[in-house]
Amino acid sequence: MSLLQIEPTNWIYAMWSLQPVVILAVTALLVLGIDSLSPDSRSNRLLAGTATVGTLVALGVTVWYLAAGTGAAGTGGPISLFSDAIVVDGMGLFFIAIFTSVAAMVVVASADYLEDDDNPAAFYSLLLFATTAMSLMAVSNSLATVFISLEMASLPSYALVAYLKTNRGSVEAGLKYFLIGAVSAAVFAFGISLVYAATGSLLLPEVAAAIGDVSDLAGILGMGILMVAGGFLFKTASVPFHFWAPEAYEGAPAPVSAFLSSASKAAGFAVAFRVFAVAFTPALDVVIDWGLLFGILAVVTMILGNFAAATQTNVKRMLAYSSIGHAGYALIGLAAITAGASEANATVMGAAMAHLFVYGFMNTGAFLFIAMVEYWGVGRTFEDYAGLGRKAPMASIAMAVFMFSLAGLPVFGGFFSKYFLFLGAINAGFWWLAAVGAVTSALSLYYYSRVVKALWFEEPNGNLDALDSKPTGLYAAVIAAGVITILLLPGFGPVIETAEAAATAIFA
Amino acid sequence: MIIEALLAFTFAAALLVFAVPNKYAHKLAFGLSLVPIAGSLYMWSAFEAGGNALTGGQIAFETVAPWLEVAGYQLQWYVGVDGISLPLVVLTTFLTALAIMSAWTPIQDRQSQFYGLMLLMEANLIGVFTALDFFVWFIFWEAVLVPMYFLIGVWGGPRRKYAAIKFFVYTNIASLVMFIAFMALVFSLPVETFGLPEITQSLAAGELTAFYGLPADTLALVVFAAMFVGFAVKVPVVPVHTWLPDAHVEAPTPASVMLAGVLLKMGTYALLRFNFTMLPEQASTFAIPIAIIAVVSVIYGAMLALAQTDLKRIVAYSSVSSMGYVILGLIAFTEFGMGGATFQMVAHGLISGLMFMAVGVIYNATHTRIVDDMSGLADRMPVAVWILVAGAFAYMGLPLMAGFAGEFFIFVGSFGSTALPYAPVFTALAMFGIVIVAGYLLMAMQNTLFGPFRLETDYEIGRAPVHDIAPLVALLGAIILLGVAPSLFFDMILDATVPILELGGGL
Repeated sequence: MSLLQIEPTNWIYAMWSLQPVVILAVTALLVLGIDSLSPDSRSNRLLAGTATVGTLVALGVTVWYLAAGTGAAGTGGPISLFSDAIVVDGMGLFFIAIFTSVAAMVVVASADYLEDDDNPAAFYSLLLFATTAMSLMAVSNSLATVFISLEMASLPSYALVAYLKTNRGSVEAGLKYFLIGAVSAAVFAFGISLVYAATGSLLLPEVAAAIGDVSDLAGILGMGILMVAGGFLFKTASVPFHFWAPEAYEGAPAPVSAFLSSASKAAGFAVAFRVFAVAFTPALDVVIDWGLLFGILAVVTMILGNFAAATQTNVKRMLAYSSIGHAGYALIGLAAITAGASEANATVMGAAMAHLFVYGFMNTGAFLFIAMVEYWGVGRTFEDYAGLGRKAPMASIAMAVFMFSLAGLPVFGGFFSKYFLFLGAINAGFWWLAAVGAVTSALSLYYYSRVVKALWFEEPNGNLDALDSKPTGLYAAVIAAGVITILLLPGFGPVIETAEAAATAIFA
Repeated sequence: MIIEALLAFTFAAALLVFAVPNKYAHKLAFGLSLVPIAGSLYMWSAFEAGGNALTGGQIAFETVAPWLEVAGYQLQWYVGVDGISLPLVVLTTFLTALAIMSAWTPIQDRQSQFYGLMLLMEANLIGVFTALDFFVWFIFWEAVLVPMYFLIGVWGGPRRKYAAIKFFVYTNIASLVMFIAFMALVFSLPVETFGLPEITQSLAAGELTAFYGLPADTLALVVFAAMFVGFAVKVPVVPVHTWLPDAHVEAPTPASVMLAGVLLKMGTYALLRFNFTMLPEQASTFAIPIAIIAVVSVIYGAMLALAQTDLKRIVAYSSVSSMGYVILGLIAFTEFGMGGATFQMVAHGLISGLMFMAVGVIYNATHTRIVDDMSGLADRMPVAVWILVAGAFAYMGLPLMAGFAGEFFIFVGSFGSTALPYAPVFTALAMFGIVIVAGYLLMAMQNTLFGPFRLETDYEIGRAPVHDIAPLVALLGAIILLGVAPSLFFDMILDATVPILELGGGL
């Protein structure tokens, strides 16, 4: 682990700590390069293989860095690059691990989904560029890099949602996503400029240091913080900027929905956690109580997401609302932050990070199961899902695991992540957040179990011969996600410990 | 390590059975299920422990390993058995194997998944009865629900979807109530782990503090009430019993056997372990309401059984009645009351298993369970019918059968109880339940089994196959064995329950 002990000031060596991001970017370029060098072969398998290897290597390097403690307090602290605009620490690496895992599963699954596609290289490279940008979001330490990387992640996402060019639903979803995204980007940029006007800096630690002296510019700073919050709420699909999510997730190709609802949401939280924890925590007492704002929004998001999910007839749309509900759970990690309680703050934010990690697997798996059903062309409603368990037992078992885990049933990984999150909220004095979370989780079992009931208890309505084809990539991704969701119950220790350590470093 | 080996083997067996083709699954599953029996019998023979696992007694086959740490608490992998849990582990392994064999005839669809789920459930049940850390216990406790949900929902009768969801929702909400209450309790104690022995001993030492403004005394009462409600659903007692008849009637026979034989015991086991061992003072505060619930369950459950025309419903409601006896024995807080209640858990597990299996064998042949549809079955299926009669007598408490020993101990214990006011009145009322049990069982049998043969079928009803009868014979043998020699289990049970009485000062 020699690279870990190097001087952080030597930027060539410091660049090594950014390796996961670089590997992702290079893989994206490689995919484009392969496609331009031999444009006629258009080998879907070769491109998918390259993309898979690239994401898995990036994941491996990230996990290695995390295990070795790169950027952690014990090994020289966070590594700063580019005049502090980027900082590599435990939190950034933790989120990169989420993005790369999700991207790897989505790429593997897409290999089957895009079997008959004309131009798969575009899909894989867009996906990899988005992952690269998300990883940059996770290590951004300045509002400028936050904004740029956020836009870098959004642009490929718009294109991915509208990827099925001839499908009206997909194009409409892409347009809606783009319009709302563009507006929120404008609001976000305006918010950043207000923050800059009040504090005179874009670097997060310097913003925090300047907050004590804003005096009569406090109102401007408050407006700025509110607008920045709006940008994050859009990215994480939280109330009141959640309207795009059901449309986009439903219209988009299912692997893209999986990617957006897991990785993109986590990326939104990655920046939100860092920006609010590092830059705006001192503002809680003097400028604006954004903790209360997030608390109220968390409650509304949990309630709205879960209740709307319960009324859907389309499985994909139900999952879209469930993903809004899960944004509400993760928001607890921000809502329960109070000024001067760094230990409790770190506990609850670490738990929210761990929840996003587990969510990355169970939610991606669930959407990829939808992708598999779309591949078979069976249909989209609960009735269409009837009896799939009879013909495709392995995948249906995995889907049951995802559903029960999302509901927080104490048998899979989703239980511990929710439990620790609610415990952290209570620990920080926000028992009402935990209460709403527990009640909505209990209710969510109702609509999640509807999927299980359709898959296993109902008799098939129509002809299920299409299920005889077994798409290897989709199966591999779904089953891998299922096995990891199960293993995250006994193996939750390393996840929560890494997340807590990373969050502690942020608040230290 | 024997417990870990038992769990690992059963989980692996479940996975293996999932993977094999349907036509081999039944024999493979039965063969594999014999290994846990051997394991549990080995545990029984090598069992060397004294006292109650929670109150500081010696724990057999104990293993502790750190699992993960949160907010200053250490979660552990912590398992072991004492005189209360070992008989239930033996019961679980024994009944699962027999239930698997009883499934050979009725289950003709997706067999490998069915038997895989049965073994998965067995593994989780062993986990429930051996876990000594709250989280380990809770995860197994909830994990039992999932296979049962699928067993009812996929292989059940006409209203299986409704019954499966009702079962799942009822028991999950109950678990949530219990879970929240228990968390409040632990966070008010100066403990560092979720180990059940540590929590029990800390409570016994009077270390409970106030929680969110609730004084310690009130907190303990609230927690006791919430946990009682949570477990009472599982037992079940009147008035939270309504999921049980639906689940039983719709469940396939082998699942009914497991449900009545072992899953209901999870509720009484948890009541004994949590409510009555951890919070004995609060138990005596609530003694009268709990005794009323117990007696109402006994009488009302029996009356409901009397009103049924479906054989399976009759047996299902009589389980509600029998579980009432167990609650009465527990709340008596006497040596024989508590020991008898624990013994009755095992005895009722065997007897209700036998009854459900025998009804299942009859249903396999007649395709009806309605009492009025049939008559004189004794002519055509003599062996099955006589075993059913023997089971019914065991239910009624015929001496030299396990049911008699259990109920006798309970009545002796509850009659002389000092912790429970008006104990003789409650006992007398509960004993009246036996009369009703005898009434409805005799009536049902007289109508279906004896008299001239009458049943409209377009096929000949003949003797049941050997693999249907063999598990019945095995169960009957076990019932008689425990009836003749109750001390096989009763000694170790007393060894583990008496320390609870010393703790509660109920003697």
